[in-house]
Amino acid sequence: MSVQTHIPATAMASRPAAGIHGTKMVARDVKVFYGAKQALKGINLEIQENRVMALIGPSGCGKSTFLRCLNRMNDTIENCRVEGLIALDGEDVYGKNIDAVQLRARVGMVFQKPNPFPKSIYDNIAYGPRIHGIASHRDEMDEIVQTSLQRAGLWNEVKDRLREPGTGLSGGQQQRLCIARAIAVSPEVILMDEPCSALDPIATAHIEELIDELRENYTIVIVTHNMQQAARVSQKTAFFHLGDMVECDDTEEIFTNPRDERTQGYITGRYG
Amino acid sequence: MSVAVTKSRYQSEEFSARLRRRYAAERRFRIAGMLAVGIASLMLVVLLGSIVSKGYTAFWQAQIRLEVTLDKQQVEERNYTAIVRQALYAQVPAATDRATRRSLNDLLSSGAPYELEAMVNANPSIVGTTQTVWVRADDEIDQFMKGFIRRDVPESERRLSDVKITAIDALVANGSIRSTFNTTLFTAGDSREPEQAGILGAVVGSALTLVVTMLLSVPIGIAAAVYLEEFAPKNRWTDLIEVNINNLAAVPSIIFGLLGLAVFLGFFGLPRSAPLVGGLVMALMTLPVIIIASRVALKAVPPSIREAALGVGASPLQTVTHHVLPLALPGILTGTIIGMARALGETAPLLMIGMVAFIVDIPGGLTDSATAMPVQIYMWADSPERAFTERTSAAILILLAFLILMNGLAVFLRKKFERRW
Amino acid sequence: MQLTVLLIILALLTVIGYQMGRSRAVASVGGRIVELHSVPSYHGFYVALWAGLPALLLFAFWGASEGWLVMQMVLSGLPDRLVNGDAQSLGLLRADILNLAHGVTTGREPDPEVVAAAERYLRLHALGDWSLLVIGCCIAIGGLLYARGRIDPDLRARNRVERTVNIALVICSLVAILTTIGIVLSLLFEAIRFFAVVNPLEFLFGTHWSPQMAMRADQVGSSGSFGAIPLFAGTLLITGIAMAVAVPVGLMAAIFMSEYASPGLRTWLKPILEVLAGIPTVVYGFFAALTMAPFVRDVGNSLGLSVSSESALAAGFVMGVMIIPFVSSLSDDVINAVPQSLRDGSYGLGATKSETIRLVVLPAALPGIVAAIMLAVSRAIGETMIVTMAAGLTANLTANPLDAVTTVTTQIATLLVGDQEFDSPKTLSAFGLGLVLFVVTLTLNMVALRVVQKYREKYD
Repeated sequence: MSVQTHIPATAMASRPAAGIHGTKMVARDVKVFYGAKQALKGINLEIQENRVMALIGPSGCGKSTFLRCLNRMNDTIENCRVEGLIALDGEDVYGKNIDAVQLRARVGMVFQKPNPFPKSIYDNIAYGPRIHGIASHRDEMDEIVQTSLQRAGLWNEVKDRLREPGTGLSGGQQQRLCIARAIAVSPEVILMDEPCSALDPIATAHIEELIDELRENYTIVIVTHNMQQAARVSQKTAFFHLGDMVECDDTEEIFTNPRDERTQGYITGRYG
Repeated sequence: MSVAVTKSRYQSEEFSARLRRRYAAERRFRIAGMLAVGIASLMLVVLLGSIVSKGYTAFWQAQIRLEVTLDKQQVEERNYTAIVRQALYAQVPAATDRATRRSLNDLLSSGAPYELEAMVNANPSIVGTTQTVWVRADDEIDQFMKGFIRRDVPESERRLSDVKITAIDALVANGSIRSTFNTTLFTAGDSREPEQAGILGAVVGSALTLVVTMLLSVPIGIAAAVYLEEFAPKNRWTDLIEVNINNLAAVPSIIFGLLGLAVFLGFFGLPRSAPLVGGLVMALMTLPVIIIASRVALKAVPPSIREAALGVGASPLQTVTHHVLPLALPGILTGTIIGMARALGETAPLLMIGMVAFIVDIPGGLTDSATAMPVQIYMWADSPERAFTERTSAAILILLAFLILMNGLAVFLRKKFERRW
Repeated sequence: MQLTVLLIILALLTVIGYQMGRSRAVASVGGRIVELHSVPSYHGFYVALWAGLPALLLFAFWGASEGWLVMQMVLSGLPDRLVNGDAQSLGLLRADILNLAHGVTTGREPDPEVVAAAERYLRLHALGDWSLLVIGCCIAIGGLLYARGRIDPDLRARNRVERTVNIALVICSLVAILTTIGIVLSLLFEAIRFFAVVNPLEFLFGTHWSPQMAMRADQVGSSGSFGAIPLFAGTLLITGIAMAVAVPVGLMAAIFMSEYASPGLRTWLKPILEVLAGIPTVVYGFFAALTMAPFVRDVGNSLGLSVSSESALAAGFVMGVMIIPFVSSLSDDVINAVPQSLRDGSYGLGATKSETIRLVVLPAALPGIVAAIMLAVSRAIGETMIVTMAAGLTANLTANPLDAVTTVTTQIATLLVGDQEFDSPKTLSAFGLGLVLFVVTLTLNMVALRVVQKYREKYD
């Protein structure tokens, strides 16, 4: 699949060459409270550019909460409070210079359950570019839709039915549609919250392949329950436990030689 | 920390400008929402405000002091009108000629002689003495005292002649006019004379109607809900009943009135204007409301309770009566009270079955002719006198007070017994 | 009087029956309750049901048929010259007898035969009530004794009681169906009589409405005319104005409350809308007639417009205010049914709140909102008091909201209130209008409820 040639020039311009792996996002002492309940107890983490970072840990450990801090999705939850510093390219995302709308355009998100809008496939992809005013005319929009679908590996399956509703696709296709929808606004970081948990193994394999390809152009953070998946797709892995970040290292290190006992216990399946 | 130097399109000036426009649209949308809520709140304030401002004066009523001499002969002839008039003339010594005196007669309520008669009947020993009594003034005097009939309007356009105003001034000057709490409003039935009209008859009519409604719709409604929710097999027949109940809940109330007219009055020959028929019609109307509310309450009881009861060998009926129904009761009760409040405020069906009639007596039974509070409001609203407008508003306030009481009770029950599973 | 006594006796007998059944069941096994098939209280209920139910059924049957039965007996005793008339004069005769019997005096000097009939009616009535009392008591006691005799350790009292209760529950749930059948039959029956006099096509498509029938045949317009188009047009005009107020305000209020308002603000706003919804329609009618209509007229006059004092605008506006909470609570339901995941998806792409609402939430909720509007329209069409008090009575065929128009419900109410001549086309026409009203609102409701149900299923 010759993906590279279809990327719009604008999307490429802002990216440094692959392989340098500078720090894209930084979290310093991030604490999150839901009302009086503390969900995260001070997370420190660096996310490197053009790599896949996996966040693993037992359910309720705060990994999804942390993910949602990175593009301020927690803002939409009432009585949720975030403390500490999260920076994107060295700028505080909760600071004055960055607006939540702007941030979310730069840090896209794919959710646990595929959530295509009840619109046509085309309109699903075009939704983001439209609200941000990316395409100035039709041809440009057509191109963005086509490119995004191609990069999400969905183009060949849907090119003849772009006007049909997105909700009519299969689960795996819907999730790739959502990934294509996120790509369409050409974000710098893509957050994925257990993107395969609602999918069958074949669709999961498809998505995992896709994540590996997307790494070349995007920084990806993925929350997963599935340790094999973390091992397959990520280069870095962070292990969360009870609102703490216990350990973060190269994926290989974590899975072969964990330093912390709790990590060891989790990856060997003693709890989870 | 390495800082990326390149800027994405989302950091461009162009994007910021667009973002500002988008936020402006966001604010406009938000303001539209606030405006909508504001309009709704404003209308409520205007509505209640206009009714309170029109109605609060009805709770006061002007009275005139008379020094009545209960002449034995006149009492025996039951000529109380003469007694009252003589006392009034004595209060306004300036009025000597016949024409003036005749216009003075209109100052008093036409009910004043009856008031006096009732007083004498209650206490015959006062015959032959002179008593100080306060009797109701005519509604126009009352309106004048409240400032609704203006002195500075030319006489030809005023409802009160100059002669009467002079007499009133004289009465005011010697302290013979006072304003007291209008008890008549609460203790009398309807009347053509505003100062003698009260809403007790309508309140009793409403109460009788509601009793019939409640006795019929509550047991039948709960039984139907229990059957549909707990026992009914899921088949086309019960689906039909369900669709039917939902549709019935949305049928215009006047249609129920037509049903009552054709079936209860026409076919069964029940008496017109009777609370019995009103209650029957209202019961059919509130039945869907109660069934739907009861089903929601029953549905909220978790299946584990039923399983537990069935598990220890209770029959399905015992399970329902011993466990499910008591747990669902607060919800059912809340729904019932809300249904009853709706029935209390409903007017149209009662018009159809003839509960809109001029009825002075306070109804004593289910088959007596009666009106209901909202119908009384409807009839008074049609009366041209200013004093009736005032009383209509007051009647509305009383009706609203009942409704607030009922809904308050429902809210209280919901809060007190609310249970989350 | 006798009926009250009977009811009290019945209540007493059922209580006695319960105690009797209970103690006899216990006695029948010498206190070893485990040997009973059913627990003693079921035996008690068994006897109580036998004591109360048959007599109660008789009571209900008597209540439903007594008036008719007695009247038939009275009529059969009258001379032929009175009874042998058409249906109308027979109805009049019945009414006369009833009036006399109930002590209502009419202006006419009553026929001595009719007076006698009224007395006979009262006598038969009293006789009926007394015999009901005696027969009712006999049946109740008989049932009690019968059931008491059947008490036995092996009696399946529980099953019998439960089956009876089950039947009672089924009957209760059928009341709703019976109500619908009652509505349909009564409307159809009277409407058919109306359409026997007035051509249905003329009724549905005629443009002139003046139901006043002249008393004498030689008067102008003696036949009355029943073209209902002006009423339908007036109803639509007022409904349209009401919707123009209620839909935007209600929908925006629902959006504001569910998406923007803080929980604190919501606890204040919700009751405001609930109060607005709980105010009786007669109060809105009073407000429309005495405050809104003069206000609209004054404003219009000061702008140099000629505004009727019963303008459609005033009635429609107030009706719109009444329907705001209805629209907003229904829209609130459907907006809340849109899954959070769709909103998240939109926010995750960098959409603002209003973009999310306008471009994702509302399109997703559209079927539900359309259904809500349909229910609101049905509500507006069927609303009676506001239009009866604030709209006009003359049937104008106009689209000018400043003119007075009349509506279907107004006409039904005015045609049937006050003294009516039964069987005249004027009175019957109300049932024709009622039938149209019922069919239209029922269709709207059915379609809307179906759409809502489909919509709910989609997101459940």
